[in-house]
This record gives sequence, structure tokens and C-alpha cells, in this order.
Amino acid sequence: MATIISPKQFSPVEDAENIKKACQGWGTDEKAIISILGHRNLFQKKLIRLAFEEIYHEDLLQQLKCELSGDFQRAISLWTLDPADRDALLAYEALQKTTPDCRAIVEIACTGSPEDLLAVKRAYKFRYKRSLEEDLASCTSGDIRKLLVAVTSAYRYDGDEFDETVAHSEASVLHKEIHEKAFNHEEMIRILSTRSKAQLNATFNLYKDIHGRSITKGLLGGPSDDYFSALRTVVRCIRDPKKYYAKVLRTAINMPGTDEDALSRVIITRAEKDLKEIKELYLKRNNVSLDAAVGRDSSGDYKAFLLALLGAE
Amino acid sequence: MADLEALTKAFSGIGVDENSLISILANSNHEHKKSLRKGCSKFFIEDDNGFERLHQSTVKNLKLEFKRFRDAVVLSLLHPWERDARLIEKALKQGPRHYSVIVEIACTRSSDELLGARKAYHSLFDHSIEEDLASRIKGSERKLLVALVSAYRYEGPKVDEDVAKSEAEILSSAIKSADKRKPIEDEDAIMILSTRSKPHLQAVYEHYSKICGKTITEDLEAEGILKDTVECLCTPATYFTRVLEAALSVDADEESKRALTRVIVTQKEFMVKEGNVLNKIQGILTGSYKDFVLGLVAGGKN
Repeated sequence: MATIISPKQFSPVEDAENIKKACQGWGTDEKAIISILGHRNLFQKKLIRLAFEEIYHEDLLQQLKCELSGDFQRAISLWTLDPADRDALLAYEALQKTTPDCRAIVEIACTGSPEDLLAVKRAYKFRYKRSLEEDLASCTSGDIRKLLVAVTSAYRYDGDEFDETVAHSEASVLHKEIHEKAFNHEEMIRILSTRSKAQLNATFNLYKDIHGRSITKGLLGGPSDDYFSALRTVVRCIRDPKKYYAKVLRTAINMPGTDEDALSRVIITRAEKDLKEIKELYLKRNNVSLDAAVGRDSSGDYKAFLLALLGAE
Repeated sequence: MADLEALTKAFSGIGVDENSLISILANSNHEHKKSLRKGCSKFFIEDDNGFERLHQSTVKNLKLEFKRFRDAVVLSLLHPWERDARLIEKALKQGPRHYSVIVEIACTRSSDELLGARKAYHSLFDHSIEEDLASRIKGSERKLLVALVSAYRYEGPKVDEDVAKSEAEILSSAIKSADKRKPIEDEDAIMILSTRSKPHLQAVYEHYSKICGKTITEDLEAEGILKDTVECLCTPATYFTRVLEAALSVDADEESKRALTRVIVTQKEFMVKEGNVLNKIQGILTGSYKDFVLGLVAGGKN
């Protein structure tokens, strides 16, 4: 469930005008911006952007970029974008880093539905005049390239049908490869990148039933290189994305000097989807609420904005 | 006699001359038909037990030729997405000799048409194309075919010439090292051919010719599927012309002839320009099948 609190009645024109007012003069009224944008859902934000464009002949995002700065600016800009466009931008940024952020790519490719991934790829082509796959292929190499391009190119079957026999045989294949520590094997990539989520979850469940340990535990025994950690991320995102995100948040917060990128990314991309459940899992695991952890570890307008997304009034 | 000639003619060529058959056989009595059978050694042989038996091969051919019109009609009626999905599924089932159909569809359709075929495949078969190809193809073509079918290429005109040049070099060295590793399994070559946009690949081919002195299709002459891939991506007209000529040649086998229906139905615009082939069609095709094909091509001008 979403954590975002948005009003039932609202006026996009009024919101656009208020945001403009907040940006005028020497300083910027960040609190006003947070109180508006931090409390609007997907459709409302879209309408506000349109209204802003119509009234002021300017892109709201451009205005925000000029007026704000730092983590806060980045977070608000990401929040204001359409989800598919946002993911496309995040994917692009992930690839531009010196060592591509494979985790972010896997999240985008594996936690959403096949249609979501398709929308991201379309948005990427529109923004960057190249396909996501071709950029991915040119920024990475070796086994990690094979894995990432495969999971990003996939257009998985989206239904609930799965084949018990296939689940059996593929659970064996996966176990054999994990057991023999031959993690680079073609078969593992094939199974993880082409099978539907329903099929994979059936396979994962059977794996646990037959071998006593979950596949994620099984993968723990492998090397800690990029390829292998991407492989684990793929499995986690497919099996239990909410648990995965709770873990990402925990790591981001517990790091010395919080990983703002990861923190923003998870909160912003999940606020309208399942952040509520992720919060509950976080609380269970860490005995402190996510709100409290964010409050403690970040500051200023950035903090206020994240808390708004987390459900603060 | 005249009827014998007409009968033989009605069953020669591609398709069946239904009207001739009606006029020869519908009013034919017992004696007349017997004399037709006895005179037609091409289709009938004298059986030891005292009757004129139809050749087994004739039975097979007749079935195929009568089916041709039906298949053309059904294929042209289907939504293009369903059509492509079913063609791929069939090609996969039929085995390695038919994989060029998969290449044809994956490489000559637009990004959205290919996407549509993938959606239709979900609905028809409860699997994704990539999972079926990946689990059923065991040979060296697997990686390339899965990658081609998963492509969602950028379709704008923007091309980076420097990148195109370096990728031409990568392809050239992949082809040159054929003795060490099959080019069709070269990871980099597969990435380039399956992720880059078609205009970009066009630039890559041009750089390739400058670097190697020969065109990439010439250098891939012996490489079957890989050659088809390269051709279909940037010079589909060459590929389709080749397929059509094979279908219309004297010693064409059934697979080649079936390609005729497939290409004509799916490539109507291309057919309109192919004056040469159209003339051949006039001479070789017959019956409702011919009328339908010519109708499709005429309709393609719209």
C-alpha cells in the first residue's frame, strides 16, 4: 500500500500558482513546496505539471532545478517525474557511474510487471535516443553483461499459469549449479531471465521443499563479485521485492554517511506502491521505525520531504 | 487427349486450377475417368491387383497444393501479431532448418510489431517467446535467436559514427576468428546485432566494407542464420527477393514454396515493387491461390 497522503479535492491550478509563489523572490519556500508536492499522488502531480506549463510556459521540473539544490532538489525532481520516466533516468544514471550500479538496474527490471519494464524502456528511448539494452551492453562486459541484458530484454509471460514439471527440472538445474559453484552457467541466466514470475516462484518454492534451504541461502555461499551479487538481487527481487527493499533501506541507513541515492530511490519509487508494507518489514527487522531512522540520519528540507512521502502530515 | 493434358496441367504449378478440375471431372463418367487414369502415368501406376493406383507422392503433393489457398487465406486474415506469433511457434517446433523464419520475423518487423508478436504469443501459448526459444533450442544459434527476439530497438535516425566504426571492427574480428570460435556465438557480435538500431547497423556495415574490402554479407556467405540476420536487418529486400526466387525455382521444395505465401502475405508493399517476381508468379501459380496472391499484391498498392 502507498504511504503518500493526498487530498481528495485539489486544484492543479491553485497548486501550480502556489508553487510559483514559493519560488519567487530571493529565497525559496521549501516547506510550501514539500507540503504541496509531498502530498500529491501520480495523477495529481501530472495535472499540476500540465497546469504549470499552461500558465507559465515553463516546465515545472526546470523551475525546481533552478530554485533548489542538493539531495532535496534531486529527490523532489525524481518524485515529480512520471514513474516510467523516473526509472529511465535512474537506469541512465546507474550506467553512467564509473562502476555501473547493477543493483538499480536489476530493481528496475525485476520488481515491476512486464508492462512496467516496457514503459521504462520506451521512456528511455525517448529520452536518450538509444535503447536501454544497447547502453547496458556497451557499459558492461562479461557475465554481468549477459545477465543484465537478458533480464532487461525479457518480456515475461504475466499470467499465473506454471508448469510443475518444468519447476522440478529447473529447480534441479539451479541446485546443481549452485552446488557445483558454477554460477556463470548459461542455464541459470536462461531460467532467471526468461521464465515468468509465477513459474520462477514455483521453482523457488520447490527448491526449498526439496533441498531444505531457500535458493537465496544457497546463493549466499558464492563469491562476492558483481555478477554474483546481481544474481542474488535478481532472485530476491522476484521472490520477495518488499523484503528486498527493506534490506536495501537498512543497508543504506546503517552505512557510515548514509547512502542517499539508495534511500531516495527506494522511498520515492515505492511511496505510491508498497512502502507501507516495506515500513512494517523494516520495523520488524530493526526495532526502529523507518520514519525515526530517516529522521535521525538525514536533515533539513530533504529529511522533511522524505518524511512527507513516508506519510507524515 | 485434351482432358488428359488439362488434368495434368491443373495439378502442375503452385496451387490447383479448381475451375479446370470442375469442368473436367464433375461430369466425367466411369469410363472417362478410367481412361484419364490409364493415360496419366505421371500420377497413376498400374497396380498388380488390377487397378490404377494413385502415386503416394502425388497424394502428398495434392494435399499440399489444395491446402495452399486455405493457408494463404487464414494467414492473411489473422492479426499481424497473432500471425507472427504462430509463425514463430511453428518454426520452433519444426526445428533448426526453419529457424530462419524466426530471424526473418524478429529482424524485419518494427520494434512495436515485434513487441505485438510477443504479446500475442503470451496470449496464445502462456509462455514468452524468449523462454520457449531458450529452453528448446540447444544449438549454437540459441543465444543469437533469443537476443534477436527480445530486441526493443531505438527507431530514430541518430547514429554515433565513432561507435559504428569500432563495432565494425569488432564484427570483423569476430568473423575472422571463425576457426577459434563460431561467429554466431560471439557475445559482442550478438550484442551489437541484437541491441543496436537499424540505422546504426547500416553505418556499421558501411564501415565494415571500408575496413574489410568486402561487404559483411559476402563475408558471412557460409554462415546461414547469421547471414540472414545481417541481411534482414538492413537489406530486407535482398533477403525477400532471394526467398521468393527460391520458392519459384524449378526444384523448389515444399518449405521454399510455403515461404511464398508467408512473404506475399506479410510483405505486400515489397511485393508491389517486385515486377520481375510478379511475372514469374503469373506463369507458375494457378487457380484460386494465384488469384488470391495477385489480389493481395494489387491490394498492397493501397
